[in-house]
Amino acid sequence: MWRYVLRRLAQAVGVLWAAYTVTFLVLDFLPGDPVSAMAGAGMDSQGIDPAQIEKLRHQYGFDQPVLVQYFHYLTKALRGDFGTSVSTNRSVSSVLLDALPPTLALTGLGLTIGVLTGGLLAFAATYTNHRWLRQGLLSLPSLGVSVPGFWIGLMLVQLFSFRIRLFPAFGNDGLRGLILPAVTMAVLPGAMVAQILARSLLTALAEPYTQTAQAKGAGRLRVHLRHALRNALLPTLTIIGVLTGQLMANAVVIETVFSRNGLGRITAAAVNVQDIPVVQGVVVFGTFVFVTVNLVIDLVYPLLDPRIAVGSARRGPARPRGTPSDPTLGGGLATSTVVGSTAGSSR
Amino acid sequence: MTRPPAAGQSAAGQAATDPAATDPAVVASASVPATQVPTPALGSDDTAEPSAARDAQDGGARPPASRQRLHLPRLGRFFLHRPGLVLSVIVVVVVGLAAFWPALYTSRDPLQGIPSNRFAGPSGQHWFGTDELGRDLFARVVHGAALSLKATIIAVAVAFVVGGTLGLIAGFVGRWVEDVIMRVVDVMLSIPGLFMSLALVTAFGYGTVKVAVAVGIAQVASFARVMRSEVLKVRQATYVEASRSIGARWYSVLGRHVLPNALGPVLVLATLDFGVSVLAVSSLSFLGYGAAPPAPEWGTLISSGRNYLANAWWLTTLPGLTVVATVLSTNRIARALDGEWATQR
Repeated sequence: MWRYVLRRLAQAVGVLWAAYTVTFLVLDFLPGDPVSAMAGAGMDSQGIDPAQIEKLRHQYGFDQPVLVQYFHYLTKALRGDFGTSVSTNRSVSSVLLDALPPTLALTGLGLTIGVLTGGLLAFAATYTNHRWLRQGLLSLPSLGVSVPGFWIGLMLVQLFSFRIRLFPAFGNDGLRGLILPAVTMAVLPGAMVAQILARSLLTALAEPYTQTAQAKGAGRLRVHLRHALRNALLPTLTIIGVLTGQLMANAVVIETVFSRNGLGRITAAAVNVQDIPVVQGVVVFGTFVFVTVNLVIDLVYPLLDPRIAVGSARRGPARPRGTPSDPTLGGGLATSTVVGSTAGSSR
Repeated sequence: MTRPPAAGQSAAGQAATDPAATDPAVVASASVPATQVPTPALGSDDTAEPSAARDAQDGGARPPASRQRLHLPRLGRFFLHRPGLVLSVIVVVVVGLAAFWPALYTSRDPLQGIPSNRFAGPSGQHWFGTDELGRDLFARVVHGAALSLKATIIAVAVAFVVGGTLGLIAGFVGRWVEDVIMRVVDVMLSIPGLFMSLALVTAFGYGTVKVAVAVGIAQVASFARVMRSEVLKVRQATYVEASRSIGARWYSVLGRHVLPNALGPVLVLATLDFGVSVLAVSSLSFLGYGAAPPAPEWGTLISSGRNYLANAWWLTTLPGLTVVATVLSTNRIARALDGEWATQR
């Protein structure tokens, strides 16, 4: 067991290191001179002083060989120092930490709403005997994954802020300001949880053990809750792990729509002014969160489901859905591969 | 010549299918016992089976490349039972035509407005209303289809070609090459897609094509994965072994047998990826990294309509609905393709 945990831990660290390297390569060595971009970001873009550029170049170590730069930044990053934001001149880690709480509140509430409604939807769809109701409920999720998040946000604002003046359209103030963004955020996880859960529930309900339970006189609700649901929850847990990456990505768009402060807004702003250290920090941080959440889920999994042996298989225990360690699901942007996966038998 | 019709209703036997449609790699690598865990699948599904289904059934013994001819009556029945699918095809055709021949739909100029005509609501004259400069929104959405759809096509093409090639190499060559490629793919999969695209946009700069490439690169990994697992499956098939043993060169084995037979699921993924890319591209152009302002990219249209939410609902609602319809339709088609592949071969 401990060997397994250690190996997974080492894998996670390896992925993080590689992710750092990838972003380093992408941001520092693709076309476009980072220094003139930064110089342009700091001040007005016209009339950048060549001496200024030279100074910056030296300050950031761009006059050094690539490998030296790389190790220099890597050792700093290991100590949690991701450099200094070019546009605000504060350290990247403090910029990120300051922006974290509102984003956590947003994603946390969004995920909660999403999982609850998605779960209820899946439950209702599999519980009902009305064919039409079931079909209708089951078709909702595929609508949910096809709608751009920012557009949902704008529609909600239009409805609930301008038509019915119920919630503020923009800004950070309190719980009232959080509701619309959180509901927007909830759509994607809700849809995906509903798809996965409905599928696994239907599978579980077709298993012999549900028949056994029925035969022993358990009521419909009891069979559904105690027997089917318990078995169907595991794939849902995996999908939640996979969703973390998408929730963070969604935060970028949703915080822009609602003009909320947070990690996403900072990301968008950093891309706007080509604030490379911040962008790099965000990408590495996002990867860190994603890898950590999925690592935890991976480790918890065998505890929840004893059927999953912590085996000798090279890729770790077999799991109902793509393991986040090889996250086929987590790959794509927005809904990417998850749509791919669930499209298989959702309607 | 074809299997029994009623593809739809016979799907009951697909309990064997597994989620692995999501993670074909798992199916592919025999080291992972796929039966270890109960696997979710819809028993009564009428439209789609995950593509893994067929693999469970006919394993490697699939017939080689010869494609079966389409059975027209069956195809008709297939569509007749799926009005949603027909509608989806129509939507995609309509949008596709708009992208390549916008003049078919409107003769109005998307960039020139009539100032006296600002903020006119949707009417027979202006189907989608007009914007703050009196430009016809319908014309802008139609012309925007060209930008948005081409960006999407570029994104899918990049992901397909790069990811497909990587997966093909990994699966066909094997050994350390495979290990290296798949490790890289694992890393790419752990970086949230939008963040990856944003990093690439920061490096490349703004513009429709750059955004498209950034979106495409973020999707490379999943294509590589699916392609590799398919190649691994096909490579073990008897007909590949046979063609090797009669002395066929590696490239002809690759071109004649492996590639054509491994391509199916990757094409399904590409169809699905289409909808995903529409969303991703429009998100990035909503954030302002796409085409410069007067150009009517869909995401840009929605984001500029955002300033007039209170007095002109159509400026955000109608372009958004266009995006939703497009994505919904391509996803629906992808599902149908997936299902057909499962039952038709």
